[in-house]
Amino acid sequence: MTRAKRGLFGALSVTFLLGFLLSACSQPGSGSSPGGGSSSDGGSSSGGGTSANAGGSSDGGSSGAIGTGGTAVGFIFVGARDDYGYNQVAYIGSQAVEEAFPDLKVLRVENVPETAEAERVMEQMINDGANIIFPTSYGHLDPALNVAARHPDVAFFHQGGLKTAENLGTYFGTIWEPVYLAGVAAGKMTKTNKLGYIVSVPIPQVLLNVNAFTRGAQSVNPDVTTTVVFTGSWCDPGQQANAANSLIDGGVDVLTQHQDCTKTVIETAERRGAMSVGYHADASSLAPEGWIVGSIWNWPALYVDMVQTALDGKFDGSKYDGKFRGTLADDIVLLTDFGPNVPDEVKALVEEKKKALLDGSLHPFAGPVKKQDGEVVFAEGVIPTIDELESMDWFVEGVIGTIPK
Amino acid sequence: MIADILTGAVRSGTSVLFATQGELISERAGVINLGTEGAMLAGAFAGFATTVWTGSPWLGALAGGIGGMLLALLHAYLVISRGANQLATGLTLMFLGMGLTSFFGRKFVSESIVGFNPVPIPLLSDIPFVGPILFNHDPLTYVSFALVPLIGFLLFRTRLGVIIRASGEREDALFASGMNPKLVRYGAVLAGGFLAGLGGAQLSIAYTHSWVENMTAGRGIVAVALVIFAAWKPLRAAIGAWLFGAAQALQLTVQQQGYPISPYFLFMAPYLITLIALLAVEYRKRSRIPEGLGKVFTGSPGGAG
Repeated sequence: MTRAKRGLFGALSVTFLLGFLLSACSQPGSGSSPGGGSSSDGGSSSGGGTSANAGGSSDGGSSGAIGTGGTAVGFIFVGARDDYGYNQVAYIGSQAVEEAFPDLKVLRVENVPETAEAERVMEQMINDGANIIFPTSYGHLDPALNVAARHPDVAFFHQGGLKTAENLGTYFGTIWEPVYLAGVAAGKMTKTNKLGYIVSVPIPQVLLNVNAFTRGAQSVNPDVTTTVVFTGSWCDPGQQANAANSLIDGGVDVLTQHQDCTKTVIETAERRGAMSVGYHADASSLAPEGWIVGSIWNWPALYVDMVQTALDGKFDGSKYDGKFRGTLADDIVLLTDFGPNVPDEVKALVEEKKKALLDGSLHPFAGPVKKQDGEVVFAEGVIPTIDELESMDWFVEGVIGTIPK
Repeated sequence: MIADILTGAVRSGTSVLFATQGELISERAGVINLGTEGAMLAGAFAGFATTVWTGSPWLGALAGGIGGMLLALLHAYLVISRGANQLATGLTLMFLGMGLTSFFGRKFVSESIVGFNPVPIPLLSDIPFVGPILFNHDPLTYVSFALVPLIGFLLFRTRLGVIIRASGEREDALFASGMNPKLVRYGAVLAGGFLAGLGGAQLSIAYTHSWVENMTAGRGIVAVALVIFAAWKPLRAAIGAWLFGAAQALQLTVQQQGYPISPYFLFMAPYLITLIALLAVEYRKRSRIPEGLGKVFTGSPGGAG
């Protein structure tokens, strides 16, 4: 009997371990076919204006230039395509590619974990004729670099990466610009002067957004603080609901987030009477009362242009062969419409700041910028470079939260 | 702050609580079901989808229970009627549940539902401190409060309870007295699946109002572990589930204080705290595992039992 018990405990610890693994990474996606009930309105707000260089895709070149000669374009996503978030907007971008290049097959795989599994999926796509691949999640970078080294003729466009290779460029947007503006609105709207930020893991993009949001809020309301909660996952609704409730219990009245799926947090905030600032995709329909504004991506035109560049054999030396960063001025990142309960003077104030951002008279991280502990990072008059911003590993003063070291 | 943590404990512990109570019945009858995670997912998905279709969270909760029960039926058939290994079958069903619900759940990810909302109980919810912690929750949480004493009563104070426990301890005796242990086990496994499914549904239609693939994120596995560390006692398993919830709430509250503690360490805390607490209880009071747990009952006198 004791032996039986020991065996049982052994089996259990194995299961427990398995559970940890499972909660850490999700299932490889099964269905990748388009169609079906693709979601209603979120994020598609400005999908229309794709640059019209559709026409004859040049696959005759076969000069061996990077990214040419393929019959397909591959997209891998870390989550589901209709998550009101990161993956949904990237998916919408892939649809634009599909429309613009009818001769190219668009291969998509959702729920690709950020592991060697991603390499396998990309290899398969290359086998299936893809010479252009979009690994769209931050954690897909290392697998993509490995695959890129094995296939020097395939062009890779990685979303958000900080490393590049001969045939791998990264693209992203300065989303912290609209996030800063959303912070301005939040700083004006909060009554408790406590903002809540639900984030996943401490990578620079995340910290940059938290800091931009806080700087925006502080610029109009010096008493405001941002409380940060890490969930450790890009999409775990149970943990998101825990975090949202916990922050609201703690007195936070404006919630924002850096998660892949954004629905649960916004709906929880709405039910509890707190206000929401959106991220990734326009989810205003989920919060008719509490929606303030959101920061979203506008990928379609960019994706189409990147594919065109590669097909033309011009990847090498183009602006996408490196770290490309689209801006608010380029319409790569956007601010959504305001919610119905945002007063006109707040809207006007945000518009005014937006103008200043666009004409260069305002920079969210113009010095002096202080860390949480008061140390000055950017001195008076200093304007940090994009590389400096994208390697951020600290919180600004006014943020409550701890970054794991 | 303490009140917030305790409220959070009930909020995030309830789905696990349902699953522990279900697994407890199943294990008391001699069948360990590691597929609880899959059954929870089946319940979360079936409950959410039904709520989308019908607009009624009550029908959703029922469908969630049935969803969990269907997966448990497969487990019951394989291990009771076909004599398959319980642990291996359970693990397989966990993955089956994940795959099936991810596949069929695809187009529900962006759906919105009107699920269960907190319903404060008049008078009781006005009690200082205790009121908001216990009496301002969704209806399924109140069901879970009633469930624990009910299952305790059922297992230890009724004839049915004796029969269930006998099928997990001395199936031969049960067989000799003219009852069919296989049938009892079927019933217990199905009941267990129903409760696990209900727990999953609580997560999707009452707590988060969302469906995302693999949204249970290991809660079913925690439930199985809790049952064993709680020594197959309903109240202890329930306390374990709340403790797990409390540790999650505590973890989030600590993060908000800005103490220099790594969030990665805090993510581990719910598992650690729950394990340590239950092991401490276990250490002081050694408990007995149901003797027939995991064994195959063949029903043939003198057969390989």
